[in-house]
Amino acid sequence: MDLSAISPTLLLASLMVAATPILLAALGELVVEKSGVLNLGVEGMMITGAICGFAIAVETGSPVVGFIAAAVGGALLSLIFGILTQFLLSNQVATGLALTLFGLGLSSLLGQSYVGIRPPAVGKLDLGPLADIPFIGPVLFNHDLMVYLSLALCVGTWAVLKYTRAGLILRAVGENHDAAHALGYKVVKVRLLAIMFGGACAGLGGAYLSLIRVPQWTEGMTAGAGWIALAIVVFASWRPLRVLLGAYLFGGVTVLQLNLQAAGMAIPVEYLSMSPYLITIVVLVIMSAPRKGGKARASLAAPACLGRAFHASH
Amino acid sequence: MTEERLSTAGEDLLTINGLTKAYPGVVANDHVSFSIRPGEVHALLGENGAGKSTLVKMIYGLVTPDAGSMTLNGQPYAPAEPRAARASGVAMVFQHFSLFEALDVAENIALGMENPPKMRDLAARIREVSQNYGLPLDPDQLVGDLSAGERQRVEIIRCLLQNPKLLIMDEPTSVLTPQEVSILFQTLEKLRGEGCAILYISHKLEEIRTLCDHATVLRLGKVVGNCNPREETARAMAEMMVGEVLHVPQKAPRVPQEVALEIEALDVAARTHFGTALKDINMAVQMGEILGIGGVAGNGQDELCSVIAGEILVPADKVRLLGKDVGDKGPNARRALGMLAAPEERLGHAAAPDMSLIENALLSGAVREGLERRGMINWGKTRDFAKRIIKEFDVRTPSENTAARALSGGNLQKFVIGREIMQNPSVLVVNQPTWGVDASAAAAIRQALLDLAAKGAAIVVISQDLDELMEISDRFAALNEGRLSAPVDAAGLTVDQIGLMMGGAHDLEPVQVAG
Repeated sequence: MDLSAISPTLLLASLMVAATPILLAALGELVVEKSGVLNLGVEGMMITGAICGFAIAVETGSPVVGFIAAAVGGALLSLIFGILTQFLLSNQVATGLALTLFGLGLSSLLGQSYVGIRPPAVGKLDLGPLADIPFIGPVLFNHDLMVYLSLALCVGTWAVLKYTRAGLILRAVGENHDAAHALGYKVVKVRLLAIMFGGACAGLGGAYLSLIRVPQWTEGMTAGAGWIALAIVVFASWRPLRVLLGAYLFGGVTVLQLNLQAAGMAIPVEYLSMSPYLITIVVLVIMSAPRKGGKARASLAAPACLGRAFHASH
Repeated sequence: MTEERLSTAGEDLLTINGLTKAYPGVVANDHVSFSIRPGEVHALLGENGAGKSTLVKMIYGLVTPDAGSMTLNGQPYAPAEPRAARASGVAMVFQHFSLFEALDVAENIALGMENPPKMRDLAARIREVSQNYGLPLDPDQLVGDLSAGERQRVEIIRCLLQNPKLLIMDEPTSVLTPQEVSILFQTLEKLRGEGCAILYISHKLEEIRTLCDHATVLRLGKVVGNCNPREETARAMAEMMVGEVLHVPQKAPRVPQEVALEIEALDVAARTHFGTALKDINMAVQMGEILGIGGVAGNGQDELCSVIAGEILVPADKVRLLGKDVGDKGPNARRALGMLAAPEERLGHAAAPDMSLIENALLSGAVREGLERRGMINWGKTRDFAKRIIKEFDVRTPSENTAARALSGGNLQKFVIGREIMQNPSVLVVNQPTWGVDASAAAAIRQALLDLAAKGAAIVVISQDLDELMEISDRFAALNEGRLSAPVDAAGLTVDQIGLMMGGAHDLEPVQVAG
């Protein structure tokens, strides 16, 4: 085994790329959960976004249009979930799981004629002299636009939730929908918008996989990234900046195991592939463990109405 | 009793004219008319289900009336949503607080305002207004950490910041301690002095007699009377609400008998961060006796109820039932021995909200009523048991198949208490048996407890309603920070003595020396 073959610069740079899809999806899901809705369909929306973005980018030759299509595709799919759970009051957990299965099937259908094609390339963003700084340049300033957009989205989500009235109303709806309704806020409308935002973000995350990270289309290519995004939201105790930490941590583990494999580590590949998921489980258990003399730490931050159906009754 | 009030539209703040609202199967409000003047404290009286809540929701714009009109300050007033109502100067303090526990005080207040100022300015205004009205609040505190009284302050300050002309208060004192009630009344007096009208809904008729200038009585959605509460007795008003002569519970004289329930030197550590530890609890309840336990909520009431019910297990000899050690036995084993409980929280603790009354009857009655055999449920027998409870305790419900959640608080409480009483317990503990229950249902529940005691059961009644405890208890004790005072005879006990019992014991806490 030759660990010196692993370059820290490349490792960190690819970490950012690996983390971006789950960061996008997790941010979307965070907003959805903050509004009190549990959408377990992240995986389905991601892969639908992946194929929508891929197909449109191939057809139009423009990755930008592809990303827009991915966001729209993810949002449309989430709208199905929104209508089912918000108007028809279906069970959120069951509907979310169904959405994942539906999204996986739908994307296979849509993607039949796109297997084995290369999408139009997405260039790196030219940040001029910044990219020439030793070590920091290649790690931080030598990426495509989406990496920076996902970071901006993270800070933006944090600021909107913390400082704006819209964010306050969103948190209020997730915390106590009956009280929010009594004060005259439109619970269902707020939640639908949040669900669609979540769908659009998941779609962007999926398209990042199919257009930039891989880049090509294969069936089931999200390979559990949506589930990891869901776990990261809990891991982050519903805080946007901790979502960033969680996504990069997970991205780091993924990249590290790839590098370790390449370096010829003497343990079976399967263990390495498992490791990010195992670590996620361990971290979740530690985060949720009850503290002495108090509630479970994670549950303190969970929106109180998470997963509960709202029906306006007078 | 019914005196027509002559008033011209000009001097009235709010006039309600023929408001009608029907829901499938029930007319919640049937041509309700009355008016409120500036600076008036107007009481809205009625039993549960009389239509008070629907009426104030229409005034606050949460519900649109089917017919009828309102005028505010001489202008037609028909708020389409609460926002419009708030903009017109109508504010409301809800019965179940419309607060967000995970948000801080300032954020909660901002949510109830139309155009809130910047958070920093708002925090300053909250400090200023809350000091002015004698309701100090810290804008940065999380609402989840506040007491019930402080939470209500948040709601009131939220209303006051918008300079309301009409303040609607739905059952504002049901969760407050006596001290908090008197602070609230001072605030309301100050508001009245400033010309703000108050529409006040309460079950507590004595409060209405002290506070209100005028009362409108609703029964089954119709206005059935008007009165000046200061000139009426509480009993007369209660009878106006119920529409019949009110039955006052009668207590039969009692001779000392053998001890049924005994708890000795019991210590229980607090189970959660927010729980209370029980310290050195001693009590002995005789057969046929009712022991009333008073105290402000959160001083160990839930824990004590759980210990007697068997939800918290303790060493076997700490709790004795008719001389038998039962401290280490769970609820079902205790039920088999005749020790039953009706905990405070109706929905979720005493009853499963989404299950039918039949299923709920089964949950606690299975053992004593023989509703199951070798693991199989006898549904026929269970249905009969539920029907008997419904009939015996006058539970108003469409059928025994109705979900517990769908019943009004008073009716569900009658069901929950009735379910235990019908099983002929030898020891019964009830926690807050008449919380949020209207006058006639409360009287029925108290009478049922007295009847059960007369049949020889030992009963522990835990309540925050001191009048209730004085009415039915043979002996009285107070819980304070997990300590139970020595029980004394309830007859002839004065309010001062009770106050001392409720306030005292914690001064005796031994000082812990570190090291």
